[in-house]
Amino acid sequence: MLKLQNVSVKYGSFTAIENLKIEVEEGQIVVLLGANGAGKSTAFKAISGLKKPSSGEIFFQGTPISRRTADKIVQLGIVQCPEGRHLFPAMSVYENLKMGAFVHRRKKDEIKKSMSHVFELFPILKEKQHDPAGSLSGGQQQMLAIGRALMSKPKLMMLDEPSVGLAPLIVEQMFEVIKTINKEGTTILLAEQNANAALKIADKGYVFENGSVVLQGTSNELFSNDEVRKAYIGA
Amino acid sequence: MAKILKQRNIISLLILIAIVFPFLTKNEYFIHVMTLSFIWMIGVYGLNLLAGYTGYLSLAHAGFFAIGAYSLGILTVKAEMNFWLAFLLSLLITGILGFLIGLIALRTKEHFFAIYTLCVGYIIYLVIDKWDSLTEGVRGLIGIPAPGKAGPINFEEPLSQYYLVLFFLLVTVLIVYRIIHSLSGRTYIAIRNSEDLALTIGISTMKNKLSVFVLSTIFAGLSGALYASFIRFIGPDIGQISVTFDLLTYLLVGGIGTLSGPIVGTVLIVWLSQELQFLQDYRMLIFGPVLTLLVIFYPRGIVGALTGWKHKRDEKRKPQAARASSMAFGKSQVTVDKPVKEG
Repeated sequence: MLKLQNVSVKYGSFTAIENLKIEVEEGQIVVLLGANGAGKSTAFKAISGLKKPSSGEIFFQGTPISRRTADKIVQLGIVQCPEGRHLFPAMSVYENLKMGAFVHRRKKDEIKKSMSHVFELFPILKEKQHDPAGSLSGGQQQMLAIGRALMSKPKLMMLDEPSVGLAPLIVEQMFEVIKTINKEGTTILLAEQNANAALKIADKGYVFENGSVVLQGTSNELFSNDEVRKAYIGA
Repeated sequence: MAKILKQRNIISLLILIAIVFPFLTKNEYFIHVMTLSFIWMIGVYGLNLLAGYTGYLSLAHAGFFAIGAYSLGILTVKAEMNFWLAFLLSLLITGILGFLIGLIALRTKEHFFAIYTLCVGYIIYLVIDKWDSLTEGVRGLIGIPAPGKAGPINFEEPLSQYYLVLFFLLVTVLIVYRIIHSLSGRTYIAIRNSEDLALTIGISTMKNKLSVFVLSTIFAGLSGALYASFIRFIGPDIGQISVTFDLLTYLLVGGIGTLSGPIVGTVLIVWLSQELQFLQDYRMLIFGPVLTLLVIFYPRGIVGALTGWKHKRDEKRKPQAARASSMAFGKSQVTVDKPVKEG
């Protein structure tokens, strides 16, 4: 479904990711593991069109997308849920969700349907739909960020560190929901430092270090890999 | 008390005051100053759409103001065109030039955008100043007609001009209000919030920035055209950068990114300058520090400060428990942004 072919991204003279090869099959959950600054977020930016690769090509369902603008890529069905749950804090929960459906803005019925779907997944958002997004708790904000991403009816959803700064119990819930979203037909690409939680739901993973993939395999392989255990699981 | 202070009532009251104002004061000079204030307000609303709601500080607005004014002046004086046709055309010309300039200017961001538009504004001024054969250069354009008759109404009288300008101001406010409360408005605010975030939810930021830029220049042009027909004489100095800074001062004092800020700021500063006229240029000795303090302590101006107080008061009235729950995780990582509640 998604294929990165030797993708490199540079910030000035600094190479943030080099010769990246990643493949995501339809229906999978794929996780990118790695420390801060390893290049996970840059890879996301390259896929979502926010940062143009300096070389290589990105294919989505067979079409090259690296020259398309970010808004066109969302229309194709790739949506990014950025790190740090960036919301529109002064807008209400409802308005945030509605903004998420921007690419479907002319289809009012579909927006309503997606909205009730999001409210089913996250009942708390329905309760708080008139509150400003900035007043939500950390976990609720993450739910809203995911909900907003769902509103664009993505084929592929990219989640950048959805667990960061959340209480363990909330993290568990969050990953449950991600699994549900995946079962409902959305392919998931996940960037995480919390390898333990992520590998439990993922089909396969890539380990990033200094801008390149140093290790890849199914989640079982990675989970039992000594280096991964030492570096990311701590056992 | 709270009910009387409802937003709708305040707006109705303000409109009523504006309508009866000429009857309250028989002083023609006051009416003149008020008409001028209304004209500036329209330009400030244009600037507010772009700088306040979309987050793009344009310093070219005096230029677009001058383009509107000179288009009307040249079309009526030199081409001897019908006033209302020339009026419409001047808005169109400003819009088209705004589109072309925006197309390039909007490739830059933040301070680069401000500096770029500063240069554009200066170039517009220079063109007007030096293109003698078209604009009469420093001699200025004399004898611009007052608005032509619209049915039985004659706009030669100061009073009827006052109402004409008030009408255009109300239309401007209504349009801006509708935009801010529509999807386009939320899109602009989303762009101000974070352009990358706006892109990742599928907003074509360039298209939206361009549309708001053009709209904003058209309001500046409208303001300029009204100015030309009201003062009946224009010189290149109306395109000077200091005019942009006047508009910006009105906006900052009133409240950038608020709906009523342009009105509050313009009325206040224009009248204050009138009252302090005996100080001549030393007025700036007062305005400078006051503006600096205001920007530091109330970055969203008078209206922003007032709505801030009102929110705090409402918050206090909320039951303790509800507040505690809403505060508990309130400080987590959200994109930092000024609240967008309307003032």
